Amino acid sequence: MKISGAKIVVETLIEQGCDTVFGYPGGQVINLFDELYLCRDRIDHVLTAHEQGASHAADGYARATGKVGVVIATSGPGATNLVTGIATAYLDSVPMVAITGNVPCSLIGRDSFQEVDIVGVTMPITKHNFIVKDINDLADTIRMAFKIAKSGRPGPVLVDIPKDVQVAQCEFEPKAQPVIPYPISYASEDKLKKAAELINASERPYIYFGGGIISGKASDELISLAEKIDAPMGCSLMGLSAVPTDHPHFLGMQGMHGHYASSVAEDEADLVITLGARFSDRATGNKERFAKNFKIIHIDIDGAELHKNIAADIAVRGDIKDAASRLIELVEKKEHPQWHERIEELRSEEKLRTESALKAVYKKECGNCSAPCDKTGIPADQRLRPFDIVDIISENAGDAVVVTDVGQHQMWAAQRYPLTKPRTFLTSGGLGTMGFGMGAAIGAAKATGKYSVLFTGDGSFGMNLNELATAVSQNIPLVIVIMNNGVLGMVRQWQTLFFDKHYSNTTLDRKTDFVKVAEAFGAEAVRCYTAEELRNAAKKAFACNGTYVIDCVVDCDEFVLPMLPPGGSIDDIITEIK
Amino acid sequence: MDQYVIGVIVSNVSGVLSRVSGMFTRRGFNIDCLTVGETESSGFSRITVAFHGDKELKTRIVQQLEKLHDVREVEVLDKNDTVIRELLLIKVRNNSESRQDIMTAVEIFRSKIVDYSPTALVCELTGETSKIDAFIELLKPYGIMEMCRTGIVALERGENCLKTAK
Repeated sequence: MKISGAKIVVETLIEQGCDTVFGYPGGQVINLFDELYLCRDRIDHVLTAHEQGASHAADGYARATGKVGVVIATSGPGATNLVTGIATAYLDSVPMVAITGNVPCSLIGRDSFQEVDIVGVTMPITKHNFIVKDINDLADTIRMAFKIAKSGRPGPVLVDIPKDVQVAQCEFEPKAQPVIPYPISYASEDKLKKAAELINASERPYIYFGGGIISGKASDELISLAEKIDAPMGCSLMGLSAVPTDHPHFLGMQGMHGHYASSVAEDEADLVITLGARFSDRATGNKERFAKNFKIIHIDIDGAELHKNIAADIAVRGDIKDAASRLIELVEKKEHPQWHERIEELRSEEKLRTESALKAVYKKECGNCSAPCDKTGIPADQRLRPFDIVDIISENAGDAVVVTDVGQHQMWAAQRYPLTKPRTFLTSGGLGTMGFGMGAAIGAAKATGKYSVLFTGDGSFGMNLNELATAVSQNIPLVIVIMNNGVLGMVRQWQTLFFDKHYSNTTLDRKTDFVKVAEAFGAEAVRCYTAEELRNAAKKAFACNGTYVIDCVVDCDEFVLPMLPPGGSIDDIITEIK
Repeated sequence: MDQYVIGVIVSNVSGVLSRVSGMFTRRGFNIDCLTVGETESSGFSRITVAFHGDKELKTRIVQQLEKLHDVREVEVLDKNDTVIRELLLIKVRNNSESRQDIMTAVEIFRSKIVDYSPTALVCELTGETSKIDAFIELLKPYGIMEMCRTGIVALERGENCLKTAK
């Protein structure tokens, strides 16, 4: 039977196992939305407030489940509004299919109304993209988009469908199964043997892992390897949640705002075993200084990551789960008591430094800024501290998926939140997209049916708070914790340290009342100044089964510590603001 | 810095040249030249890229090319075992004083005169880059009016071939 292109799109999405799409209608996708309406009992469409929110929601859906997230937008501005979301997914290797409408083929290239060459625009931020000009190619192109999105190192794929292709009709035969990813690549046995030799000879091994462990489902193998060779582990921001925070071998995130113990331990190691990570500048600091003292084994699914940022002594391309499990068989069981002792020393030192840094912030005079913390009348030592906020929320959040925006709050959550299971910490690591959180938290809650808890700042929240409308109308179980310091804290921190306290455009000086804003959107909301107030608010928030905003007033001069200055190295680590 | 020549087999689909050349721009790879044309099988095109750089750069370029969905095969061609050619069309001033010198140069370089008018000559020359460079250098004093060169194409000698996936 012949069916329309629009129907083929919806049928193919369903065939590929897609139960929820996020999007926003428009002139060139009306046909597609008509089919979504007709198929509404088989596939759910979440209408967001803005296409950017929809793209982050599809991303959050994918990060929380590992399934391919799908977003639909119209041509022109609808399509360009997806760009930040697609780039965010690309930098963090999130499987996503973005479907855009476009003007009819006959109008393409004539600067028609709402026409944009979105395939050209998104070429450098997608794994691949397509424009479908022949309806006979439509179903297979969408299948191929799913295949590419989830094969190897995952990533976003865009399919642009001109309106006339949505209207045209052709034969369609649904497939019984979703497409199977391309076969995995297996690490070479020879290289793994060489890696094992290095590991066996190492006295101070250290494992640095990244998001590849999560997308490669290799947490168990990673932990077994660490235990067998008795190596401490640290991770990139993207690696968080791959290993339980309280695992005895886990030292936490390393890098620019990583834990002191993991960054120093890595520097003192004689061998760094890198698994599913890409040596981002935020994780390594100064590249010349970074690998001075140790040898490197680098295993990654993406061959192009090998030797890209840091040259490895042994570089292995291959599926991480397979490679790690084979490596476990090849290495000898080891114990490194001296190395252990040193690690414990570093842990105690980290504890002391953290405590001292936490105290130090109160010694400073708050400048005459207009930040809300100054106006509360609450003595400095009774104010809410960032780590207290993270602790109190985590005590109440149960198995909620943790989502962050970008900035200081993101780092505080990354450093502090106790995580137990993979895919429970969603954050924009590579692109650092402020405004990522609202959409992602909605997508994650939709996908898991569980609470999402969003840590955000007043800057990031201001970027996409319109998605409160989506959360409320979809009745999303979502707790939004705003660390409201009245400033763009991360940039302010740099200005304090490196720009002579020239607070250029980082003191927001806004009169926005987030409690009233939330209430106007139909969400419940409360403002908290003290830990006691936050405890009460958190209890209510996680019992309300809807969207709840907690506006936490935080001192504007709280710092994210420790800090490796940009371009600096472990020698320059700042653990206290003097 | 050495010069490397890479042969790339790509699917013959719209936008493929943008994808390949866009990758070079985005990654900040400078290239000397890039040529593209059909192959013996209609579904594939062959791109030849030449660039100057070290071994690390070569590795990164090959790895990034291999990642592109439309790229089927990438090979660094061994310059000692590869036929490398470039085509030049060059228009020089034609007058009675210089004509004989130009004709001599054309003969020695095994170039061809493909257009002749009282005031201008168009010469065609095929050869390796160094030969083309030398010919241009030689013609400069006579007044080069315009020129264009194709960039290099390259095939390995003997049995070795880049596979065009069927």
